[in-house]
Amino acid sequence: METPIIELKGLTKNYGSLKAVDNLYLNINKGEIFGLLGPNGAGKTTTILMMLGLTEPAAGNAFVCGVNATKNPIAVKRKVGYMPDSVGFYDSMTAIENLMYIGRLNGIAENEIETRAKETLAIVGLSDEMNKKTSAYSRGMKQRLGLADVLIRNPEVIILDEPTLGIDPSGIKEFLSLIHQLSRQQGLTVLLSSHHLHQVQQVCDRVGIFVEGKLLVEGDIETLSRNLFGEESYVILVTVREDQQSLLEPAEELRMRDDIKNIDVKENTVELSCRQDITPDLVRYFVQKGFNLTGVHKKEYGLDEIYHRYFENKLKNNIANGKSAGLFQRYFFKRNTAQ
Amino acid sequence: MVSPLVYFKDIFSKGILHNSRVQHKPVSPFWVMVRKETGDHVRSWRFIVMLTLIFLTFLGSMYVSLGNIGKAVTNMKDPDRLFIYLKLLTISDGTLPTFHIFISFLGPLLGIALGFDAINAEKNNGTLTRLIAQPVYRDNVLLAKFFGALIVVSVLFFCLALLMIGGGLIITGVPIEPVELLRILAFVVLSIIYVGFWLSLSICLSVSFRHAATSALTAIGIWLFFTVFYQIIVNLIVSSILPGSDYMQPGDIASYNDLLLSFMRLAPNQLYTDAATTLLMPSVRSLGPLTMEQMAGAIPSPLSFRESIMIVWPQVTGLLAATTVCFALTYYLFMRKEIRT
Repeated sequence: METPIIELKGLTKNYGSLKAVDNLYLNINKGEIFGLLGPNGAGKTTTILMMLGLTEPAAGNAFVCGVNATKNPIAVKRKVGYMPDSVGFYDSMTAIENLMYIGRLNGIAENEIETRAKETLAIVGLSDEMNKKTSAYSRGMKQRLGLADVLIRNPEVIILDEPTLGIDPSGIKEFLSLIHQLSRQQGLTVLLSSHHLHQVQQVCDRVGIFVEGKLLVEGDIETLSRNLFGEESYVILVTVREDQQSLLEPAEELRMRDDIKNIDVKENTVELSCRQDITPDLVRYFVQKGFNLTGVHKKEYGLDEIYHRYFENKLKNNIANGKSAGLFQRYFFKRNTAQ
Repeated sequence: MVSPLVYFKDIFSKGILHNSRVQHKPVSPFWVMVRKETGDHVRSWRFIVMLTLIFLTFLGSMYVSLGNIGKAVTNMKDPDRLFIYLKLLTISDGTLPTFHIFISFLGPLLGIALGFDAINAEKNNGTLTRLIAQPVYRDNVLLAKFFGALIVVSVLFFCLALLMIGGGLIITGVPIEPVELLRILAFVVLSIIYVGFWLSLSICLSVSFRHAATSALTAIGIWLFFTVFYQIIVNLIVSSILPGSDYMQPGDIASYNDLLLSFMRLAPNQLYTDAATTLLMPSVRSLGPLTMEQMAGAIPSPLSFRESIMIVWPQVTGLLAATTVCFALTYYLFMRKEIRT
């Protein structure tokens, strides 16, 4: 049985009438990489701030390493390294000075602080630039320095808020593999929030999709896609050179087959949802019919689809709920005025 | 045979070993922050500018007072003539204001310059989130900002005072009286408290305003209001309320004067000037008007240091109270504020 290192129980936060985080329950186990996904303004940062005791929840509790973050934030901050989404440094100081300052604030002894800082900079690959002023740093270098900043304290948990923001694609890949490697080597628990789905998919053990203050779903990506697309687990796209008209007939014919659930023809592409992987059969069929195939693509569900699907559902529900809530209210209002 | 040097072998290295053991103990985060703040201030351009400004006014007023010291010391009507060092700080031939008058309007500027962007600049740079995410108490952040700047100001004022005393010693060759030293030190402490008030006010503004420019302008606005407009406004209001002086009894005039003075003393610079004058001029016995009965039998002689302190105590308390109020307000604003970029 894995022990949760981060435990959120009914966490709620309001900004005026807006519910930024709504009754959130979440457990994160030791040593795992958890991705908190959601669109902008979903309440990811607010949740993180509450975990660190940087803002007070309206209701509920956040326990990190078994400590209540609202009541004892200092103890939590000793164990948690937090990298904010737009990390800033003191521009008048060099990178290593910035890092040593943070080290001193964390009570690292004066005689080992410089070696520790140099080691950490070596881990994130900034050894050559450590005597540069941070004002001369690029966004990606700042992000790396931010990670060094988190690592110098030997934290048990790392919380990264939008760590990939503003880095170029190759930089992102490098950065995430660094995080992954560190987590595996040192057994660190990592919580990272992002709205970049692909990147999160690469490194996370588990993800939670977060929309409008609510955790819609959590679990590893495979489970998520199975739950969501369980019935239509194979989607095959076949693209031909011919136009839509000529595709209609074979589409009708294919619809007769048992293992094909649904067929959708868009321009010169046929989208087939199948119960089994029948890609070879389909290719043979189209070739026999004399079509000029230009592409066959088997869709695999990634986070993007999961995310969109959930987001769509959520929106639909919202519209429905909004209506019913309105009715409910009107009903009550009438009753009250009648009395 | 053992060389006698053996006995000395560890004398120094012991000390070094001991020192390195001391270094093992980490400094508390508060002092780490104070150290960084102090370092930042000393290296910052605005402090260098303020330092130059204050140093130049100091040199100017010293030059003027040194030129007139001969006249002042031989003026037999002045009971304070023998306090040469106090005279150095207070006399002028009218071309330049004296040093404490200079401080009464440059001090606020120094305080504002050191504090106006204390919190909001860090917030805008994204460093505040990073700082707060470390295991430090929030109030320590504020206190470190205040302390760091205050240490810089204290060192500056003590240096100037000691420079003045040293220069005076060399130029006049007259040894300094202990009372003079006490009075000058008390004046320095008073000046630090005065700058401290403006510092805490500007830190308070830096917490409540998002942009450093806004908080700087507001702080300068408050400063201008108190140095220039406040006296004008109080005079205007009082003169429009008062009946003409021809129709008033002498008792009424005295009570109205008292009223005017108490309104004036709401301004921190008035408190400072009153207190500084009393400390630097031992013959000043009261800050308000005295009646003839009170004056009867008084010999025009300097007061003792203790008595001068008694006179300025309300002023000092007032300044300290104003500083505390500003600081408490800053705490209130900052402690539960959510910090995000």
